Amino acid sequence: MPILIKAERLVKDFPVRGAFLEKKRKFVHAVDDVDIAIEEGEVLGLAGESGSGKSTTGRLLIRLVEPSSGRIEYRGRDITEYPKRELEDLRAKVQMIFQDPVSSLSPRMSVGEAIGHPLAIHGMRDKAQRKGAVIEMMEKVGLSPAEYLYRKYPHQLSGGQSQRVVIARALVTRPDFIVADEPIAMADVSVRALILQLMRQLKDEMGLTYLFITHDLATAKYLCDRVAIMYLGRIVELATRDELFSRPHHPYTKALLAAVPIPDPRARKPKDLPTGEIPSAIDPPSGCHFHPRCPYAMPACSLSRPPLRDVGARHLSACILD
Amino acid sequence: MMAYGSGDPILVIQKLSIAYPISIGTVRAVENVSLSVRKGEVLGIVGESGCGKSTLGLSMLKLMKPPGRITSGSILYKGLDILSMSDRALLDLRGRNLAMIFQNPLTSLDPLVTVQDHFIEAIRVHEPEVRRKDCVARAEAILADLGIEARRLSEYPYQLSGGMRQRIMIGLALILHPDILLADEPTTALDVIVEAGFTELLMKLKRQYDLTVLLISHNLGLVAEMADRIAVMYGGRIVELASVEDIFSRPLHPYTRGLMACVPNILLDQKELLAMPGSPPDLVDAPEGCPFAPRCPEAMDICRAKTPTLAAYGASSTACWLYERNA
Repeated sequence: MPILIKAERLVKDFPVRGAFLEKKRKFVHAVDDVDIAIEEGEVLGLAGESGSGKSTTGRLLIRLVEPSSGRIEYRGRDITEYPKRELEDLRAKVQMIFQDPVSSLSPRMSVGEAIGHPLAIHGMRDKAQRKGAVIEMMEKVGLSPAEYLYRKYPHQLSGGQSQRVVIARALVTRPDFIVADEPIAMADVSVRALILQLMRQLKDEMGLTYLFITHDLATAKYLCDRVAIMYLGRIVELATRDELFSRPHHPYTKALLAAVPIPDPRARKPKDLPTGEIPSAIDPPSGCHFHPRCPYAMPACSLSRPPLRDVGARHLSACILD
Repeated sequence: MMAYGSGDPILVIQKLSIAYPISIGTVRAVENVSLSVRKGEVLGIVGESGCGKSTLGLSMLKLMKPPGRITSGSILYKGLDILSMSDRALLDLRGRNLAMIFQNPLTSLDPLVTVQDHFIEAIRVHEPEVRRKDCVARAEAILADLGIEARRLSEYPYQLSGGMRQRIMIGLALILHPDILLADEPTTALDVIVEAGFTELLMKLKRQYDLTVLLISHNLGLVAEMADRIAVMYGGRIVELASVEDIFSRPLHPYTRGLMACVPNILLDQKELLAMPGSPPDLVDAPEGCPFAPRCPEAMDICRAKTPTLAAYGASSTACWLYERNA
C-alpha cells in the first residue's frame, strides 16, 4: 500500500523554565529524531510509558505541534511548512481523537452542534444539509436514536456515548487519517470493547488509517497491524503485530511485555523486571537511553545511539544485541 | 479478644446499605452487601466506575464522604461493630488495625512535608510519646523493606518518582503494623513496569507483615495476579463471589461472563472481543429487579420484577435467577 503519512528525522524540544539565575536553558527532548511511515489503510500502534513522547509524535504528524526540526509528508506532499490557509484544508483530512471525551466536548454545545461544528468551519453553510450529515454520522457511530440525542448536552450522556460523539465529530469531515490518543483509557471495561469494535468497523467502512497511541499492549495487539515502541523520545522497535508479540527483540519491549498483567490466574508467574523508572527527558542517559536499566547492557551501549536496524521480516530494532 | 488464625472471618459485613441523598433523589451506592473477609487472604473487589466498590471500601473505615450515610447493616472487625464506635475509638482503629492506600500518591502526600515527617506524624497520632529519633529508626527499617534508600527520608514528595511515592504510601500504611490493608486502585496511576514491580512488592509485604488485603480495582489483570477470592460488584450489589480460579474459568453471573469476554489478553490471539451492549445502571432511585437485567442477554420476567440475592451455587455464590431456578 502507498504511504499516507511520513515523518523524517522528527525532533521536538520543549523549553523548560530553569531555576533562578540558571545560565543554561534546558529542554525536554520529547521527540528525538523519529522516522515513521504509515501506510494507507493500516493501524499503526504507538506504545510506550508516560513521558515516552508518543502523544507528541502523534500531534506533530498532524501539525498540532510545530516540530523543532524534521519533515512531514502527507500523500507525498511536504506539509511541514504549510501556511495557515492550506493547513486549514488539511485539518478536514487529518483528525484527532483525544483521551478524555468529557474535557474534549464543550458543555455548552449540544451533540448536534458539536458534531456539526467542523462542517461549519469547513464551509458547509446550509443548516439543513449540515444536520443531515450529522445525523448520518451519528447513526454510523451508533448514537441512536440520533434525532433524540441530537439535542442532548454532554452532561446528559454516558461515558460511552460521549466517546462516540468525539469520534463522530472527528469523522464528520470525512478525513482519511486519524490520530487516536488513548481513546479508551478513560472508559470502563465493558465500554472499551465497544469503542474498539466501532473503531475497527469505521476503519473498514470509511477507508481510514489510524495512528493508535496507547500504553496498553494488550489493546494494541487486538487492534493494530504494526506496532512501534517508544522510549524517552525514540522509537526502539517497530514491527508487524505478529513479529512484535511473538519475537520481541529490544530488551525494553521484552520488559514491557513481561509486565502486562494477564487476566488469567493460571498464567501467574514471577516477572523479570528492569530496575528503576523511566529517567528524565531533560537529561537522558547517553547512548542507548535504556542502558542504565537494561539487564544486557554492555560498555558499547552507553557510547553511541544504536540505529534502528533490520532484525527480521518488516522488523526493526534499535539494539546492538543479536 | 480471641486470636484470629488464618482463614477466620476477621472483617464481617452484614446487609450493608449506603445511600447518598442528592437533589433529584437518593443514590443507592451500596445495597444489601454481605461479605466475610478471611484473615490472610487477598480479596479482590472488582467492578466498573459507579458500581459502589470504593464506597464499600471507605465504609470499612467509616470514611464515606458526606452526604453519604449508612442506612442499614453492620461491619464487624474481630467482632467489634465499627459503625457504632466512638470517633476516638475509630481514630485508633484506623492505621493501627485497618490501613488504606489510595490511587493517587501525589494527592495523598503533603507537598510541604518531608517523607520523614510523614512517618513521624503517622506514628505519633497513635503513639504520641514516641521520640522523634525512634520514629525515624522505625521509618528507616520500613524503607529498607520497601527497597528505598534511607537518604530519601529528608526529601519532599516532588523529589520522588511516581513509583517511589506509591511505595512511601504503603510504608506509611504499614508503619503501625495493621492487620488489614485496603488498597483502592493502588496501581492505576502507575506505568506498566512500575505497576508490576509494585504488585510484587505488595505481595512480599503481605507475607512479611501477615496482612489481609482488600484490593479494589477495575483491572481484571491485576486481580487475576493477586487475589485469592473475588467479589464482582454491579449496581451497588455483589453479583458474584468466588475463588479467583472459579471467577476466571467458571464465571456464573452473565455480567461476570460478559466482563471476561471483553477484556483483551495479550497471551491470546483474539480476533473479536465480545462487547457488552448498554451502559451501567443509574443508581438514583433504581427500580426493583436485578440491576443487570436491562443489559443481560438471558434476562427473564422475574429478573425485572424481583432482585435476586447472593446465594451459593457449587463452590461459588451468585445473585442471579438463572441459578436460583436450577438450584
